[in-house]
Formats: sequence, C-alpha cells, structure tokens
Amino acid sequence: MIPVQLYFVVSAILFVIGVIGALTRRNAIVVFMSIEMMLNAVNLTLIAASSYLHSIDGVMFVFFVMTVAAAEAAVGLAIFLMMYRKKDTIKLDEFNLLKG
Amino acid sequence: MNLNQIMTLLPLIILASFAMGILLIGAFAKNAKGTSTIGYIALASMVFVFLSLFLFVGKGKMAFGSMMRMDVYSIFFNLVFVVIGVLTILASISYVKITGIHSGEYYALILFSMIGMMLMASSTNLVMLFISLEMMSIPIYIMAGFLRNDDRSIEASMKYFLLGAFASGFFLYGLTLIYISTGATSYQAIANFIAGTQRWNLSKLIWVGIAFITIGFGFKVAAFPFHAWTPDVYEGAPTSVTAYMATGVKAAAFAALVRIFFSVFSPFQHDWTSIMWLIAVLTMTVGNFTALVQKNVKRMLAYSSIAHAGYLLVAFVAGNAMGRSSILFYLLAYAFMNIGAFTILMVMAKKNDYHEDLDSFAGLGFKYPLTALAMSVFMFSMAGIPPTAGFIGKFYIFSAAVKSHDYWLAVIGVLNSAVSVYYYLRVVVYMYFKEPEEEIPTYRFSAPTVFSIVLAVWGVLQLGILPGDILNIARHSIMALM
Repeated sequence: MIPVQLYFVVSAILFVIGVIGALTRRNAIVVFMSIEMMLNAVNLTLIAASSYLHSIDGVMFVFFVMTVAAAEAAVGLAIFLMMYRKKDTIKLDEFNLLKG
Repeated sequence: MNLNQIMTLLPLIILASFAMGILLIGAFAKNAKGTSTIGYIALASMVFVFLSLFLFVGKGKMAFGSMMRMDVYSIFFNLVFVVIGVLTILASISYVKITGIHSGEYYALILFSMIGMMLMASSTNLVMLFISLEMMSIPIYIMAGFLRNDDRSIEASMKYFLLGAFASGFFLYGLTLIYISTGATSYQAIANFIAGTQRWNLSKLIWVGIAFITIGFGFKVAAFPFHAWTPDVYEGAPTSVTAYMATGVKAAAFAALVRIFFSVFSPFQHDWTSIMWLIAVLTMTVGNFTALVQKNVKRMLAYSSIAHAGYLLVAFVAGNAMGRSSILFYLLAYAFMNIGAFTILMVMAKKNDYHEDLDSFAGLGFKYPLTALAMSVFMFSMAGIPPTAGFIGKFYIFSAAVKSHDYWLAVIGVLNSAVSVYYYLRVVVYMYFKEPEEEIPTYRFSAPTVFSIVLAVWGVLQLGILPGDILNIARHSIMALM
C-alpha cells in the first residue's frame, strides 16, 4: 500500500513544475498547458485528501475544478485564436504594446 | 429544492434568466439599435434584482445545502453590485455604439459575471468560493478583449486571462491545503475545527493554505506584489469594462476576503495582520508613486485603483468593527467615484482615437463646463477632499487604524493620500488652467450617459454630505457576519 503522503508530494512536485513552466515559457499555449497542470496537480491532491480524510467533499470538488478548467480552456483558446489572427503568432513577447 | 430556497436565490435566478434571454435575443439583433435595446433590457434586470433584494433583509437564509448564505452582509454587497451594474450599463449604451461593439453578448457577460460576484459575497463554503471566483472572472477575461480589432484590447485580454488563471491555480491549491488540514470545506465546520484544536496540533499546511489564498485574493484586488497586470489590463480593456472590473471585482474579492478571514481565520488575526500590514503599506505607496508619472489618464486611474486597494487593506489590517464597516462604505463610495471618472473618459472616446491622455483634458472646463465640473467632483473624491464620499471613506479608514493603535499605518496612509492629491488635481488643473493645444473635438452626450454621470455625482455628494444612513447599514451588515 502506497502511503497517502506520497500522493501529496507527487502532486506538490507537479504543481511546482506547472508554476515553473508558466513563468518561463513564452508560447501562450504552453503557458496555458502549464497552468492546466497546476490545476490537475490540485485535483490529485484533492482525491488523495478525500481518501485520507474519508470525506466525500474532495471528490466533489474535483468535478467542479474540471468543469471550471474546461470553461477556462474554451475562453483561453478563443483568446489565443484572436491573437493569432491579429499577429500570426502566439509568442507572448510579440504582444508588448502596453507598458509604462 | 423547495419554494423557500428558490426565494432565497431569487436575485440570482432573475440575473441568470435575463442573461440567457439576452443571449437568445442577441443572436437576432446584431445592429447598433438592437444592441442598445438589449442594454435597456439589462438595465431592467438590475431594477428587478434591486427590488428582489428587499425580500430578504434580515433573514439570513442558507441555500445550496448551506453553501451560500443570504445575510445582511451579502445583501449590502449585492446592492453595491447593482449600483455598479446600473452605472456601467448606462454608460455602456452609447460607448458600445462609438466603439462598434454590436453584440448583445456584452450585456449578457456583465450579468453572468455579476452572478459570480453575488455568489462570492455570500459563499460560505470553499467549493462555492472557488466556483464563484471563476464565474466572476471568466466573463471578464472575454469582456477585456471585446474590441477585437484593437491590439491593446487583445493584449489586455490575454494578459488578464493568463495571469488570472495562474493566480486561481494558487488560490485553488490554498483552498485544498485548508481542506486537508481541517477536513472540511464549509466555513462553519472549519471554524469549529480551528476553535476545537490546540494551536500546535494544527497541521502546518493551514499556514501555507492561508498564504496561497492571500495570493489569489491579492491578485483579484490588485494588491502589491500581485498588481503588475493591473495597469496593462485596465488600459487595454474597453473603458466600460475597466470601470466594471475595477469596482466590481474589487468589491467581490474584498467581500469574500473579509468573510473568510474574519469568520474562519479570526483566531489567527495576529499572525496575518503583520503580513497584511506590509502589503497594505506597499500597495498604497507603489500605486500612488507610479501614478504620479503617468501621462495617460486611464493608466493613471489604474494605478490609483491599486492605491485604493491599499487604503481598503489598511481598514482590513485595522480589523476592528469600525475598520470592517469602513471597507463596505469605501467600496460603495469607490464604485460611484471610479465609474463616474471612467464615464467621463467614455464620453471623450472617439472611434480609433480614445482621447485618454492628459492633454485631451486641457481647456475642457471652458468648452464643457458641466463635464469638467463632474470630473472635478470625482477627482476631489478620489483625492479625499471634503465634502465628498472619498473624504468620509478615508476618514473612517484612518480613524479605524488609529483606534486599533496602529499610528504608523494611519500616518503612512495620510501621507500617501497627500501624495495622491498631486496627480488627481493635475487633471483639474489641466481642465481649467491650460490652453488646449488643438481644437477640442465635439463630444456627444446621450441621455443614458448623462444620467449615469448625474447618478455618480449624486452618489459621491450624498455619501459625502449625509453618510450616516449608509454607515449604519454597513455597521449592521458587518454584525450579521459574526
């Protein structure tokens, strides 16, 4: 039997990988994928916590997180499409009009 | 779900049905006239929501299996959201015509995100808190990019979306860590667990959890060091959307922040106060000093909105009853003065030339004296000069800080407020004492816009001269929270 703490450690590592990816990558889709990875790391934590605490709340939370992630993906891809139509690229560095 | 629960959810049901109805009508009304008709329908929904709120005063009912609570506190915030909605929709009706947003979805998205705000103010469960935060944010990510042909709007939408999703990842992880360490998601159960456990027996993860949800809230209210997105997004988004998110998102995030920190984490008040003290001071200072050098008025207002988040955090740090009720009062005052100032900018916007820089204001006082007068009232209020709402709000915030014996915080706050007078009054000086370099274009005033400006001026002066009633209501609302 794998101890539940290991699941927490693995999901924390996944979360950190997601954070690093979101901060260092310059392609909009890859940044968004890193953010999705953060959310999925949290999902893993929630499921492990749910079995650790013998409570159903965590599993229920996961369904809502997946729904929200799907809605976010729909909006995000629409925004990236709009960026691509405008500049033929989704490299974040190309979008630098606003500063100061 | 029985009738009683349906009645509790009536404001949300009205908003949701109107929003979906508008989506359907919007599919058939794709021209300018249809869009403004839809604007009036959205305005009607605000009236219905306003009336339905009075059915619940003093009831404190639960709904969705006690995941949300319609108490006086949430009703106060719902009224603030209705004020924000009315002012924004009135100002939008002619602004969307000028900028060429010919789609009813614009108004539907305003209503959808308002549902999220209302749920956020009344949520009493971590799951509901997360869902409502996203319900509020996702429509605003779309609205920020509504000017599809404007590079700045697309960039604002992209930045807000990526950073918002990133911050909500942290927020969600924070909620999860609190769930792990307490074994519950409802505020009541978490508060009971914390009260029934010795401090050293609590899992250390709860501290990480509180820190992470502070990051999430800090991002939404634009507090230092999570404020970097604010000026870019506020400058790039359509001005009506900027007005809506500067006031609405801030009010909703503060509503949820106050509810969770003062009802669940109140045993740890001494611990988080020291961190929040630093955040409040830095937020005020960074916001005000960066606003000093801005030439673009919209960007200047964005930095000033960071500074205002700092003032609100001062009241939050003070943490006594006076501080908490002054957060409520200040958010209402801020809604009037901020949307008013943005409405003036919306009046000055032309297609492809938004007249947002300071030079566009030169000589405005001679050609459009009443507009300049209204703008001066808003600027005086933001700077905190009597007899305006901003003065009363700041007065109560800083006296709350003094009352909790945090004299340094009050002194730093007042000094910051003095610095801010410089950049607010610069707009007034430009309007009355500077010759325009080129001919001032003819601005058109439509009836809804004028009504919105008059309403905002009335609100600023009403709250500034006779604040007693609203302060009493704010005090009662805070009592309901405990």
